[in-house]
Formats: sequence, C-alpha cells, structure tokens
Amino acid sequence: MKDQKEYVKIDRDRNTFHVSRSAFVESDVFDQEYEKVFDKCWLYLGHESEVKKKGDFVTRTVAKRNIILTRDTKGNLNALLNTCPHRGATVCRESSGNSKNFQCFYHGWVFGCDGKLKNQPGKESYDTEFNDDGSSDLASVPRFDVYAGFCFISFDPDIIPLPEYLAGAREYLDLIASHSESGMGVVDGSQEYAIRANWKLLVENSIDGYHAVTTHASYLDYLMNTNGGLTDVALEGKSHDLGNGHAVLEYSAPWGRPIAQWVPLFGEEGKKEMQEIYGRLVELHGEDIAHRIANKNRNLLIFPNLVINDIMAVTVRTFYPSEPGYMVVNGWALAPNQETEWARKYRLYNFLEFLGPGGFATPDDVEALESCQTGYRNFKLVEWNDISKGMGLESPSYDDELQMRVFWSQWNNYMKAES
Amino acid sequence: MSKEFNRNEIEDLLFLEADLLDDWKLKEWLDLYTKDASYYVPSTDLPKDAKADDSLFYIADDRLRMEERVTRLMKKTAHSEYPRSKTRHLVSNVRIRSIDTDNDEAEVSAAVVTFRTKGGNTDPYIGSNYYRICRENGVLKIREKLCRLDLDGLRPHGRVSIIL
Repeated sequence: MKDQKEYVKIDRDRNTFHVSRSAFVESDVFDQEYEKVFDKCWLYLGHESEVKKKGDFVTRTVAKRNIILTRDTKGNLNALLNTCPHRGATVCRESSGNSKNFQCFYHGWVFGCDGKLKNQPGKESYDTEFNDDGSSDLASVPRFDVYAGFCFISFDPDIIPLPEYLAGAREYLDLIASHSESGMGVVDGSQEYAIRANWKLLVENSIDGYHAVTTHASYLDYLMNTNGGLTDVALEGKSHDLGNGHAVLEYSAPWGRPIAQWVPLFGEEGKKEMQEIYGRLVELHGEDIAHRIANKNRNLLIFPNLVINDIMAVTVRTFYPSEPGYMVVNGWALAPNQETEWARKYRLYNFLEFLGPGGFATPDDVEALESCQTGYRNFKLVEWNDISKGMGLESPSYDDELQMRVFWSQWNNYMKAES
Repeated sequence: MSKEFNRNEIEDLLFLEADLLDDWKLKEWLDLYTKDASYYVPSTDLPKDAKADDSLFYIADDRLRMEERVTRLMKKTAHSEYPRSKTRHLVSNVRIRSIDTDNDEAEVSAAVVTFRTKGGNTDPYIGSNYYRICRENGVLKIREKLCRLDLDGLRPHGRVSIIL
C-alpha cells in the first residue's frame, strides 16, 4: 500500500469515523488483504461435527488454499493442504466423505487420512531413505486449533495462540456451544452463494443492526402477518468490542428463536417443548445464562471474516473475495446434536424465513451490498463512507456502528503493518 | 400411461406456470397450487433423498409461506426484486414418472433453465423440477414442486429471489 494513503479517517473531537470507498474497489488493496490480513489471522475451516467419525473428511477453500479437514484413524483432526507432494494434483476431489486413504489419481501415490505417505507405485525405484524426513507426506497447514467445536487454521506459523486471538469472542462461542448439552453440530446442506460486492460489505452487513427496519421492511411485514402480531419483545440491545477486531451485538427481538423464544407460528406443541428446553437450560446454567441463551440474539464477528449469527436460528458464515467486487460465501446451519424431530423441523423452517439466498431477508441484503458496490464506482468523486453512528456514546446500542468501527480499526492495523 | 393423466395437459400446466412467473402474475401462479402445496429448492450439496425437515435447503415453503413469498415479492420493499428482474422459465423433457391412482396424483419431472436478468447481469438457474400433480374437481393442480439445481452453488447468482 502506498504510504501516504489513509483508508480510515477518525476524528475523535467531532466523533466521526470515515472509511475510504477505495478500500472496496482498488485491486492493490485486494492483493494486500490476502498477504496482510487473511495470511496473518486465524481463519475458520469447519466444525468438528462435520468430521465425526474416523476417516471423515471435508474439503474447503480457505484464503485461496485447498484444504482437507480429516479425522484420522486415531481420531485426531488434521488440516492438510490438498496437493500431492509429488507433482501437485489435488489428492481429494470430493467435497466430503469417509476414507482411510487419499490416492492421487495422477501417479497413484497413496496417503493416509493423517497425511502420511503410505505407498507409491514403483517404490523400488526410489532411494531407501525416501521420505524419512516426511517431506513427501501431505503438508499440514502451519497452524490448526479448535475452540468450542470450531476449527481454525492459520497460514502464519508465528501467530498468537487461538484462545488469545479470540479474546472476548470466546465467551460468545462458549454461549453458542451451550445451547444443548448434546453439543452443537452442522446440519447437512450448505448454502453456497456469491455476492457481486466487496467482502468487507458483508462483514459490515452481518453485524449491522441499523439496516433492519428499512432493508428488511418486507420481512418485518411478514412477521406481523404470520405471527398474529409480533411478540411483545422489543428490538433493543447493545454492541460490544470484544478485542482483536471481534465484535458482537447482543439484543432482544420479536421473532421466534428455536432456543427458546416461542411465537404462535411454532404452535402449541412447540410451546410445551420449548418450555422444557428452557427449563433444562435453567437447570444447567442458572436463570440469567439460560435467559441469555434462549432469548437474546447475537450477531458475532470473529475478525476478519467469520460470522456466527445466533438469531432466528444459528448460522455460521465465511466468505472470501476473488476480486475486489466479488465474494464467494459459504453458510451453514448449526443445531443441537440431539433435538426432537419437531425442534429440528421448526429450527430449519425458522432459519429459512430470514436467512440464506432463498429467505425473506438475505436476498435484500445481497441487493444492498451490490447496490453499494455499484455506488462505489463514484468513489473518486464521493470518497468516504460514514460509520459514525453512536460514536462518543458510552454504551452504544445494537443499531449503532461501533462494531463496524472495531472491524475497520483492526483491518487498518493489519494493512499498515510492515510485512 | 394411465388415462387420468397425459403429458399434453401436464405440459400445458407447466408452460402456463412458466408464463405466469415470467409475467410476474404471482397470485395467479399460486392458484395453480393446492391448499396443502409445498415448494422446495434444496441446497446443491445434498443427496437426492434429503428432506427439508432435517437438512438445510435454500427454500422449503409450505402453502402459508408460498403465499407470504408472493405477498412479499409484490411489494416495492422486496428490494432484491424491485425494480423487478426479467425472467424466462424454459421447461423441457417433461416426463410422467409414475401415477398414484389411489391419490389421483402423478409424479412428473422436467428439465428446466430459468434466466434472471437484472442490472446488467444474466444468471442461469439450471436444473430439474420434480412435481406432484393432482386433479382437484377436474382441474390439474400442483401439490409439490422441488427444484434441484445442477449447480455447485448459487454462483454467481447470490440468491433465489425469484420463484424458480
């Protein structure tokens, strides 16, 4: 980045916070983000529930790298780079499955699901000490760790440990993991989509409490129509800086929550079941925590690009740019490992009313982000985005813009760091 | 094939559906469906037998939510579809897969491509539709529609804001 270029402009006297729109459109920003941000952070790879059994694997693209997350025959988790050490082909070309071995189809090298080279055709033609140093095993990602079931990797071997990196976000990951004593797991089926907009627009949007009333007016109409009026729960709450660029909004809202805010749409059967779920949460965690788990919504950002929204249902979402104006998004639903058929059905029904590219809200978010990206074509004439709302307030509300300022301040720190 | 259903009349129904959707006559589109109808678009990485009750779909509407989807899409505040996109639903390879004479219902499949054009982009939704079609008071109605996309994901579309 050019030394003189400032992407973030903060005026603490006037309580204004501005972000340059060039940060959303310039290709040198895009290039440097991979080097200076994604390659220096802990990044979400997957959830341990996706590889429950020995031999289970999923393949993912994380910050342009092909990764295989495996549970090996000893039960350990591994994050392997999906490229044959021999000549480079990907050794696994399926998105998920169960296998003890990965065989590269190009020349037939065989690797265990722990990445160790097991065999290669024509072995007798190699030196007897071949691969004694392990350099012909599948390479592991430099750093791998798991917190509360969430698997993270980093391409920076010197990065601080994951728990330290997560800082205040740990408490919120713990809360989400506490929805059920059976643990939480990813539901089958992932929502894979793209948005023709810069990835940072989705960061902002995922933790934006300010846009709901206008962007999602038609969703709020739907709630009014179908729930026999909304519950009498008000939209209100706070946003918090969790350190290291992470932020959360925690708030109450009038929509139904499978754990465990009942709305008439869930029916009388559901009411009873949800009371039982709530009762159990109180037994396990006490009234205060139970209330928080059941009734509070959380939009959580883990810097730079993991969003876990515990709202109408729990969604986990991560996304990467393939160019300044285009991002690839992967979203999943997280649910208790054990819940009744009724609860699972209504959880997913509730998920889809708002979330995802076919829901009653996400498409309008997509439209808004694409509309911003289109607007940024004027960036040289109208240069600055304003995210000053709530600046200077001691305790910003869920619909202020503190959380975006937290993200951008950290983004700016990374971009300015000497690499 | 059974005398109760023939492909011509089923094709007529599916072509009418395509026209109504392309003309944004969504309330009329709803009239093609039974009162217990459902409309599904599974996520693209699910096996064929996946059910919306325990797997994550893109869309899993019961009749109530189909009506709400239409109500929403007709509003100016459905920003993704206002201004409205242009769509073209192409329906081909229509086959009657089986007939359930007890319930007076046919299982029908069709190969489909739907183009959505908006804001300088045209995105194709390619896939196959599976229908359960029945006769209600002598009139053919759709009881279930499932759109299985032959895509790796909604890329670059980003949404299924139109009805497929």
